[in-house]
Amino acid sequence: MNIQYAGLADVNGPLVALEGVSGVAYEEIAELHLEDGTRRLGRVVQMEGDKVILQVFEGTTGLSLDNTRTVFKGRPLEIPLSTEMLGRVFNGAGKPADGLGDVFAEKYGDINGRALNPVARNYPRNYIHTGISSIDCLMTLIRGQKLPIFSGSGLSHNKLAVQIVKQARIAEENGQDFAIVFAAMGVQNDVADYFRREFDQAGASGRVVMFLNLSNDPIIERILTPKCALTTAEYLAFEKNMHILVVMTDITSYAEALREFSSSKGEIPGRKGYPGYLYSDLAAMYERAGVIEGSSGSVTQIPILTMPNDDITHPIPDLTAYITEGQIVFDRNLDSEGVYPGLSVLLSLSRLMKDGIGEGYTRADHNDVANQLFAAYAKVQDARSLASVIGEDELSAIDKRYIAFGTEFEQRFLNQGFDENRSMDETLELAWDLLSLLPKSELDRMNAKLIEEHYRN
Amino acid sequence: MNNTIYAINGPVIKIRETKDFAMREMVYVGKKHLIGEVIGVNDSFTTIQVYENTAGLKIGEEVEGTGGPMSVTLGPGIISNIFDGIARPLTDMKKTDGVFVTEGSDIPTVDPDREFDVKVIVREGDELSAGQIYAECPESPLITNRVMVPPAIKSCRVTYAAADGKYKANDTILKADVNGEEVVLTLCQKWPIRTPRPVARRIPINTPLITGQRVLDSIVPVAKGGTAAIPGGFGTGKTMTQHQIAKWCDADIIVYIGCGERGNEMTQVLEEFGELIDPKSGKHLTDRTVLIANTSNMPVAAREASIYTGITIAEYYRDMGYDIAIMADSTSRWAEALREISGRLEEMPAEEGYPAYLPSRLAEFYERAGNCNVLSGKRGSVTIIGAVSPAGSDFSEPVTQNTKRFVRCFMALDKPLAYARHYPAINWLTSYSEYIPDFAEYYEKNVGEDFLDVRQEISNILLEENKLMEIVKLIGSDVLPDDQKLVLEAAKVIRVGFLQQNAFHKDDTYVPMSKQLLMMRVILKLYHKAEEALKRGAAVADILGTGLFEKLIKMKYDIPNDKPEMFDEYSREIDDTIGALGELTA
Repeated sequence: MNIQYAGLADVNGPLVALEGVSGVAYEEIAELHLEDGTRRLGRVVQMEGDKVILQVFEGTTGLSLDNTRTVFKGRPLEIPLSTEMLGRVFNGAGKPADGLGDVFAEKYGDINGRALNPVARNYPRNYIHTGISSIDCLMTLIRGQKLPIFSGSGLSHNKLAVQIVKQARIAEENGQDFAIVFAAMGVQNDVADYFRREFDQAGASGRVVMFLNLSNDPIIERILTPKCALTTAEYLAFEKNMHILVVMTDITSYAEALREFSSSKGEIPGRKGYPGYLYSDLAAMYERAGVIEGSSGSVTQIPILTMPNDDITHPIPDLTAYITEGQIVFDRNLDSEGVYPGLSVLLSLSRLMKDGIGEGYTRADHNDVANQLFAAYAKVQDARSLASVIGEDELSAIDKRYIAFGTEFEQRFLNQGFDENRSMDETLELAWDLLSLLPKSELDRMNAKLIEEHYRN
Repeated sequence: MNNTIYAINGPVIKIRETKDFAMREMVYVGKKHLIGEVIGVNDSFTTIQVYENTAGLKIGEEVEGTGGPMSVTLGPGIISNIFDGIARPLTDMKKTDGVFVTEGSDIPTVDPDREFDVKVIVREGDELSAGQIYAECPESPLITNRVMVPPAIKSCRVTYAAADGKYKANDTILKADVNGEEVVLTLCQKWPIRTPRPVARRIPINTPLITGQRVLDSIVPVAKGGTAAIPGGFGTGKTMTQHQIAKWCDADIIVYIGCGERGNEMTQVLEEFGELIDPKSGKHLTDRTVLIANTSNMPVAAREASIYTGITIAEYYRDMGYDIAIMADSTSRWAEALREISGRLEEMPAEEGYPAYLPSRLAEFYERAGNCNVLSGKRGSVTIIGAVSPAGSDFSEPVTQNTKRFVRCFMALDKPLAYARHYPAINWLTSYSEYIPDFAEYYEKNVGEDFLDVRQEISNILLEENKLMEIVKLIGSDVLPDDQKLVLEAAKVIRVGFLQQNAFHKDDTYVPMSKQLLMMRVILKLYHKAEEALKRGAAVADILGTGLFEKLIKMKYDIPNDKPEMFDEYSREIDDTIGALGELTA
């Protein structure tokens, strides 16, 4: 029989303190029983002598110093795991939120996960097809990669997330063992509705596990949301050998929750008030992606974050990009020109793509085409900045060709319909159509043979 | 009285009212025997940082002292192995504990069961001094481990020497008399990671570390025994540059420290280095590599220790007389680990929350590099190449600025270059190397007498281009006079044909110094011939129309590394084609 502790010593934001406690383990879970019969969960975050500090997941509203009894559960926070979770909706703390009852657990998983031994990882190869030209060709998503989307308020990242979830496929398999774990942190009610509706309409719900933490839900639950989602993903991938794509939005809300929690704990703040351990905390989350020995599954992550004030040097995008294997960046100008998805090609990068594309994966010319598009589009920017000074008429003939290429590239290659699912061949052929707008001599990133084979005369 | 845990906050724990522990002592914490280190001692509390995850630890669990500082066991078998931040072998850990890193694992750094072919080179009665070599055993196909008298034993007389044969790491090789006391020497020794290993004396630096990367070797060379920093925002190719250096540089041994970086990157190093063949020895690159992997999701305190573990291993091999290159990727993560722990200790923060002792820690680390006469009389060196990940890509942040004060070679990676996919994205204008004058003699003897002049002229063209680009940005390149247009074209050949290097191309990934010089010479030859043609009245368009500029841009792919004679053909073609221009109008 567990000991019950009556009353609290202190309530401060999401934290409560208990005194006279013994035999409790760090990060253990506690249950708080209120007088009205409701229960809340908390986790030990600090201990000193017989004083224990708990973070309460559902918030501390209504707690007083003498209306609760606390029971320590003697285990870390675990969630029930099962393949039945596919098609279900949960709240941020992993409780069913679709009224369909509890999940019958095949096993319980500690949501904190554990650090993977780097030796046990397999290097990620092979890609996930998203049907979006810019991503598939220029920033290819590799199985086991973590590739975030950097967006800003009001840009179409939610739309893009939905399109990726709807269209994402694995090249050779028929999509049987491919599933998506979707974690929403601090999203508005109508956005959450939008996701649910779109997934339903596309008939994708059956292969999606959703964790929803709304913007008015408690912040501690928000801190748990990605952990629950990733625990589920790891279970499905590494024990059930499925390929899992985890889409998490919005990491900025997560980091803000972490800051709120840290400041209520009275910790010394680092940059912009975020806790000094923000890097370690984000890393513990993002590193839960990959391919491991002894399992044919994989966990791929697409975290989505909104850059405060579109500032890519803000600590959240900055630290994220230092951990993740590349980034996909939205461009507000392109977005307002009506280009969807308006991605900034030059700022975007997929670090793992070079080993997961080309012969045997996508197409032999893929790497060269991507490099050439990057290089050519970089020159478009130079030509445009020159044109803004001296006027387009004064440009040299070659610069004018680049300007024309740039416009076509944005309108035809980047821009695509919300329901348009382009195959890899379509994308690469389109790329060759565009590259052929430039003279052959400008294609300096590829060899003559390739140019002969594909250049449109 | 037993010492028990009083408080827990993340990786920091406290014990109340004890005088049993010394500063920096290594301790075992709790029932799981987590490894920790004492980082604060006062009347009321002893503070300990724990190198492993503290979840599940309870107040009142015991803490045991080990009586010594945080140390690493050094011995044969370290080469080709991969360790975590506190020198536990990860491959063995996978065998015993599965795919996840488990707490309290105490697998020894040096495998006690592996046998080595040992050749004992001293005899009974020999007088030995600290650092002297008494046995040798092949450790990998490339590296012979030279077993040394530990530095703590100043002098001793051998009373027993084992015969040559197969021995395990902890078998007795020698018995020696140290001031009347018998000491047993094995193949291993222990050394505290935070203390630099002693050397006889430091000697001047005079040899470059040849990396086969053109922008490094020809523009910003690193020294054997020197220090270098590679700062760059995310996506600029820090890790890629470090990998290239680790693969191709002419050091004997590489110590690669993955400090708070990506797990997949370590897997990549493991896979690639296992497949790649060292061009000089014909052996696998893993045969000369030691990996320290403390990825970003592994405990933060061990991340802080990983840098010291790495450099201690490097110094150990230096003492055998090898040239070691350390890749530390990334020192910023290490500095952040310092900051994180400092925050948990509630220390007064200095700039951007970093502790005030950040500069002195950085200095201590970089000063462990050097070119030395080691105790055994041989020469050895440790080169440190540290990646820096500046927050927000802003080079004015504390880690970059303080690092700059302690390194003599600065390879600044540049975002605009990376966006244009110009790799390696090392900015030739903001990077510098203070070592160049030290290498003058080396270049003269080994590369070519004109190397420094050629290098200077190449730099001048790039500088000139930079000035002209200011004008071009405003009014376009069409209005420039012909000679300045020519500078721009020559600079383009240097940038695209010479500085850009393709790490994935079989020839271009490593280019010997001799070819680098030939490439620079032929570029300058073209430039000079074109200048002459201009003076004779030829038009820039005609000169470009020869296609020679494009040809030189592609020469890195067209001229294989083993066919230097092709440069003569290029040279003749320049003479014939450009030399014929302008004469009709003259």
